[in-house]
Amino acid sequence: MLNQIAAIHGVGTPAVTNSYESIATVLVGSGGTGSISFSSIPSTFKHLQIRAIARELDGGQTNASQQIVIRLNSDSGSNYAIHRLVGDGSGAGADGYSSQTNMAATGIPGNSTTASVFGASIIDILDYQNTNKNKTMRTLTGTDLNGSGAIWFSSGLWQSTSAVNAITLTALSSRNFAQYSHFALYGIKG
Amino acid sequence: MPAGSTYTPIATTTLGSAAATVTFSSIAGTYTDLILVADTQNASGADNFLLNFNSDTGSNYSVTRLSGDGSSASSSRATNQTILQCGQVQSTRSTTIVQIMNYSNTTTYKTTLTRQNNAANLVAANVNLWRSTAAITTILISTSSYNFSAGSTFTLYGIASA
Repeated sequence: MLNQIAAIHGVGTPAVTNSYESIATVLVGSGGTGSISFSSIPSTFKHLQIRAIARELDGGQTNASQQIVIRLNSDSGSNYAIHRLVGDGSGAGADGYSSQTNMAATGIPGNSTTASVFGASIIDILDYQNTNKNKTMRTLTGTDLNGSGAIWFSSGLWQSTSAVNAITLTALSSRNFAQYSHFALYGIKG
Repeated sequence: MPAGSTYTPIATTTLGSAAATVTFSSIAGTYTDLILVADTQNASGADNFLLNFNSDTGSNYSVTRLSGDGSSASSSRATNQTILQCGQVQSTRSTTIVQIMNYSNTTTYKTTLTRQNNAANLVAANVNLWRSTAAITTILISTSSYNFSAGSTFTLYGIASA
């Protein structure tokens, strides 16, 4: 009734319809960075999604199989597991690991690959606020270098029923993400 | 005030009759990523789902593929292509979702991620590279051989980050 009255008078606030919201964004500046942190994540969404382009700044890696290492709530214990499916241009492969100290989105280029190429990654963390479940992640990540590169699927498990309130993304082996790498965190309502 | 829109439909095309191409042009640079969602079919059989950015027909595109056809998984690649090969069109319905990442920045080459599903034939994912630092303002969708059937739909979304 109140909404009808408000509509007649052209006043009032209509229902919020946006179900996919930007939470935070990091654009890596000059000099690069080894770590990206999303903290104080609001509890008002159902799922989270990170959309990123990334490249390593240093380390001399010559392939596109470098990683965005992922930890939730700063947990560095052996509480993660991961399974991966990869296509490297010549064949498909798969592997899996349990009792890991992190999850990862594999498939970004090292710094000794073709300049200006940044890998792409989409990371979904499902039902992140649910305190009755361990947390599930899925990723699609890849880089094509016009003659090399790979596309990777992965699924990840964080063996914790805690609500996710922080996500840390780091480059592998103490390396750094290059300038112009871009990480955006979104919340999806359910 | 209602929340600003983050995942915004930019344009949509539903084919009233068979067509060879669909074009999205004058794409604003105000988003971070683009997502192209296509539901397609043709009257003939296996064909390529192709994209061209900004009318670039130079040998500036490449792809790495991963697919499963119901009996095996495989991977392949193509280099120095004149068009972006990101999937297939079949005589049965296919869904193709192309994530065009950071499309409007003028610093990096452009990388796309594609997932494609056709229940009768395959499931696939591709990563593509367009070796250009130009912002993407036009997307031309086409095939190698056969027209898209009437009823095929193509929707372009923009995702804006904070």
